[in-house]
Amino acid sequence: MLSRVASSIYWMSRYLERAENVARFIAVNVHLMLDLGLARADTQWEPLVITSGDGADFHKRYKEFTEKNVLHFLTFDEKNPNSIVSCINAARENARTVRESISSEMWEKINELYHHVQKHSKRKRVSDLESFYAYIRTASHLITGLSENTLSHDESWHFARLGRMLERADKTARILDVKYFLLLPKLEYVDSPYDAVEWGAVLKSANAFDMYRKCFHRIDYHDVAEFLIFSLEFPRAMAFCVRSAMKSLKAVTGENEAFVPAVKEMETLSKMLASTNVEKVLAAGLHEFIDVFQFNLNVVDQSIFRSFFDNTNQHVV
Amino acid sequence: MNFDDYDTKDFFDELVKPDGKPRSLALPLVEQINALPPKELLRMQKASELALYQQGITFSVYGDKKGTEKIMPFDIIPRIVPGNEWVVLERGLKQRITALNMFIHDIYNEQKILKDKVVPKELILSSACYLKQCKGLSPPKGIWIHITGTDLVRHSDGKYYVLEDNLRCPSGISYVLQNRAIQKRTFPKAFDAMKVCPVSDYGDHLYDTLRYVSSAKGNPNVIVLTPGVYNSAYYEHTFLAQQMGVTLAEGSDLTVVDDMVYLRTTKGLQKVDVIYRRIDDDFIDPKVFRKDSMLGVPGIMEAYRKGNVTLANAPGTGVADDKAVYAYVPQIIKYYLGEDAIIPNVPTYVCWDKKQCQYVLDNLKSLVVKAVNLSGGYGMLIGPQSTAPQRKEFASLIKQNPRDYIAQPTLSLSRTPTICLKGIEGRHVDFRPYILYGEHVFVLPGGLTRVALTKGSLVVNSSQGGGSKDTWVLGEGAHA
Repeated sequence: MLSRVASSIYWMSRYLERAENVARFIAVNVHLMLDLGLARADTQWEPLVITSGDGADFHKRYKEFTEKNVLHFLTFDEKNPNSIVSCINAARENARTVRESISSEMWEKINELYHHVQKHSKRKRVSDLESFYAYIRTASHLITGLSENTLSHDESWHFARLGRMLERADKTARILDVKYFLLLPKLEYVDSPYDAVEWGAVLKSANAFDMYRKCFHRIDYHDVAEFLIFSLEFPRAMAFCVRSAMKSLKAVTGENEAFVPAVKEMETLSKMLASTNVEKVLAAGLHEFIDVFQFNLNVVDQSIFRSFFDNTNQHVV
Repeated sequence: MNFDDYDTKDFFDELVKPDGKPRSLALPLVEQINALPPKELLRMQKASELALYQQGITFSVYGDKKGTEKIMPFDIIPRIVPGNEWVVLERGLKQRITALNMFIHDIYNEQKILKDKVVPKELILSSACYLKQCKGLSPPKGIWIHITGTDLVRHSDGKYYVLEDNLRCPSGISYVLQNRAIQKRTFPKAFDAMKVCPVSDYGDHLYDTLRYVSSAKGNPNVIVLTPGVYNSAYYEHTFLAQQMGVTLAEGSDLTVVDDMVYLRTTKGLQKVDVIYRRIDDDFIDPKVFRKDSMLGVPGIMEAYRKGNVTLANAPGTGVADDKAVYAYVPQIIKYYLGEDAIIPNVPTYVCWDKKQCQYVLDNLKSLVVKAVNLSGGYGMLIGPQSTAPQRKEFASLIKQNPRDYIAQPTLSLSRTPTICLKGIEGRHVDFRPYILYGEHVFVLPGGLTRVALTKGSLVVNSSQGGGSKDTWVLGEGAHA
């Protein structure tokens, strides 16, 4: 397939996943605040911006981490490249350049999502957005489902999954990092009801609450970390994402495996997860571990760009 | 909303007789519409427009920074072409395309028609679309104009005329197919009763045409080449690639190595054999034509000249598309085929000719003046609707560059019932059927009916407020 098309499908998929994650973080946070009560609530908006990695950008246009500011920044701020509206615009623009390569059903759903977000963003109101965030999440699931069931599972599909899995691994890592950092030092909350509520929120941010319960029954930060990092069965866990991404990467690489550096970079990532366990990670520092993980994720992403999307210096096949 | 108050006025109406009664062929349709509950027709109209919007069947408006997308307005009352009329049109279009293809080949090779003084040599060689880079070229299978969309109009005398040939990159076919897809859902009963010819196999015919002109052995790699996502017809380019299941490429996705054209893929460079290009001649190769073109592929013309890749349509076909050359098409048909033109031309005054130019200047108020190389309704003066300053402007333009202008009598374009704010009213239409030239010449039994939605307007172009309609070509037994 065309390098340009592969790149567009990869990014279309990444941006959709990103928008869905932002929508989910916000919705979970809103619920969390109801549980915590107003006193603690106003401190809870800042992590949302930190999670998306855009603190510096936020301060360029907003003063305080108020509910209104944060919601606007993450939802409708077109200057924020990671806001929902920016992600959906980018996903749709990528889809538009490859609409002959994806199924009509997929294109139409992405187009509908885009128009829906445009309509809402014109109103610029951030109150009463619950159904809006729910819509974003559902639409993203629907589009992923359509890619599962209306696309041939060929190169296009693999590039879409590759993009989705790398994005998801990154987001799950970020949630864990930020929440762990914010929650753990507050010793007064350890083992308090708030502790369970907040770690429950972390799980919900990763759509992992129900599945976690089946595994560990009780909420405990140690087990939450283990589940979100190492589960090979839960589809938002970092290890699961890396394994799926690896499968797709190998599928698009085919017999050229030895010549494609991205495969080697991805193996580094896999080994990093396989060679350790939650005790070691927590002992050495979760933040440090996630830092290295995200660094390696970026290496993989750049390597994919060089191996497949960068179309200079190609050879004739 | 129904046909009760419909008035054809003094125009030829495609669906309704002068006495206000529907033409017999249109009866099932008119009856179905008249039987609808009030407001139902409007609701159906809105639903169709929404469907087009949701499917993203839109064009972008040039000059609009926000990249606003619009749907081409679609009117759900179809235009009907009776079977017996279609048979004649089909023959006429095949005849015209065959002769024009011979003409282009002759112009770039022996120039017999110029030597025999049937068409003035200076007129041809002075055409902005005559490409000297194409001299001596002989495209695969001798075919230059693989894809054509000929504009026809019907005058108040009830006859069809050819208005323009569009031999370069005619657009609009995607609307033909999408309009049909939506229309079938709108009036299924009438559609079934009237035995409408299908159009959905256009993609197969197009693919066959492109495969046929490949010079490669085995299964050729066919692609569609687009200027990119910001082109106003981008939707159509994706649609055609999808209909044929082939790659849609931009200029930067292609590269030329040793006079072969390749696609840049995730697995390396992959050879290309046939390119259905939707980029104009001027922009296709910065090494040969416009040097500032970012859209084209450097070196593609040399690959083409060496026979390593086929371009459809061939470069240089615009020479027969020049509106001054158009005036000579009846003579061209006679010269190559020894036949009279089956579909007549609109009488045309070529300003390049001094006598005709004077006539045009003396009669600006009653004529339509057109620039020979512009399309889309640009560079046009409609005499009867013009103001004195506009006429003055055109008179001076014509005097400065007589070669660039032609004029035609103002036609009374036929009308057809269209949904308007106050009910169903007559609006002027033209008709663009699509012709493919491969192993055979194939005319798709259907086409794009463009409609001037503004009351009294004669300009049907989408860039000027025109809309479109589905066109129902009826089976051969269905006579007017």
